[in-house]
Amino acid sequence: MNTQLYGSDWVVIGILILAAAALGYALLTLNQIIAPSKPSAAKAAPYESGVPEVVATKPRFTPRFYVVAMLFVVFDIEAIFIFPWAVVFDGLGLYGFLAMLAFMFLLFDGFIYAWKKGALEWA
Amino acid sequence: MVDNPLWVALIVGGVLMFVTLTGMAYMTWFERKVLARFQDRLGPTRTGPFGLMQPLADAVKLLGKEDLVPAAADRVVFLLAPIVIFVTAIVGVSVIPFGGAISIFGFELNLFAADVNVGALVILALGSVGVYGIVLGAFASANRFSLLGGLRAAAQVISYEVVLGLSLVGIFMLAGSLSLREILVAQQDDLIFNLFGLSISLPNWYILSQPIAFVVYLIAAVAETNRAPFDLPEAESELVAGFHTEYSGFRFSLYFLGEYINMIVISLFASTLFLGGTDGPGAASVWGLGVVYLLAKTVMFLFFYLWLRATLPRFRFDQLMGIAWKVLLPVALLNILFTAFVRLIANDEITIPAWVWIVAAVVLAGVLVLTSLNDRANRPRPSAQAGD
Repeated sequence: MNTQLYGSDWVVIGILILAAAALGYALLTLNQIIAPSKPSAAKAAPYESGVPEVVATKPRFTPRFYVVAMLFVVFDIEAIFIFPWAVVFDGLGLYGFLAMLAFMFLLFDGFIYAWKKGALEWA
Repeated sequence: MVDNPLWVALIVGGVLMFVTLTGMAYMTWFERKVLARFQDRLGPTRTGPFGLMQPLADAVKLLGKEDLVPAAADRVVFLLAPIVIFVTAIVGVSVIPFGGAISIFGFELNLFAADVNVGALVILALGSVGVYGIVLGAFASANRFSLLGGLRAAAQVISYEVVLGLSLVGIFMLAGSLSLREILVAQQDDLIFNLFGLSISLPNWYILSQPIAFVVYLIAAVAETNRAPFDLPEAESELVAGFHTEYSGFRFSLYFLGEYINMIVISLFASTLFLGGTDGPGAASVWGLGVVYLLAKTVMFLFFYLWLRATLPRFRFDQLMGIAWKVLLPVALLNILFTAFVRLIANDEITIPAWVWIVAAVVLAGVLVLTSLNDRANRPRPSAQAGD
């Protein structure tokens, strides 16, 4: 078992994130140096499979996506509770199992309600 | 296990990133060759022996392409989004353990860049931050195909991310850790069974103790990386190129790099979690054999991706969301409860008398027989409408 502080490993990840961003940026700069640049109105227009754009794109979409986002928040928070529970499961014993059973029962309750309400339908 | 000084860890991380980039380049070559063989073609042959120089030629070509920004686009977001997906994809490789201490030129070092105690969470988190790259790029493009692709990508990735995370909970429970190195170490013991006087020794790989989680993970991983048959965000038959329709030059390449590196990372992750990672016969004694095992398992997963792409048609969007929420999510949750229950019995926290097992087996058999009889009774009779 490694008893050292994990701090230095996070520093490594942080530096690698910066290095990766720098690498991506360097490649893009290289692209801009090498590549020709001949801007024109046609190139700057949105791609519409060769047809001129009639109405500008409006970022409007069906509310179903919001429903999925809300379900995601619910279940992602559940995952946040389950991960630490799983790691210390052996120490919690029967009590931990029953507590999670109760939690999951409540969650499933809501899940089945959302299902029956049609929150999962896309037709 | 030795302590890597910071500069050694950074060198290892840099080498891993370089290897991943090269691996990604040859992943495109591998994909084209394998798909070509599936379709009775040859694939790239002209650039070097077996077309091996093809990735290099592609990179040079893309570096020489004009970097277009549409007039209506949100410039700053449009320019930054590809970097987000590239960074989140490639940093994932830094927490994958490629083995423990190894001596290279008489120098002891660990074959991983960062050993954090929540390595598995880091990979899941990077995957979900990566979707920002897709969504922001799509919204900033001011193109309707991009917008639709970006929305689909967002809904798909967040749905399958929940499934992906929950499918791994059983493993965290068995290993008692979220650290990828400790999960790796936990898989190196052998399981020894005594079956009719015959002693059978199996590796303690989690694919054997968590087969349901493995299947759920495989499906969710394909969807999480937006690959066929779940490549709805870039369905070319309906959305041109989906979220990256307006991207060109090396900005397009960064999306491409991100997608392929994500595949590699998620395959390395799967090999580590389910297939014992660097574990294998002789891995502990022969120098460097562990890395070979890990890479062989990863290539197997990558081939599986290509196999799926060559075989299966694309799903519809409602089917895609239905699989995640109505099938995989309940299965993953039940798998967690089942694993926890079995674990309790194994830990002697609860003891179940023999008569309960017998009653349970009888009830289960009865339910199975009744449902099969019921199915047979409810099946529509042929011939009734045939004459009309």
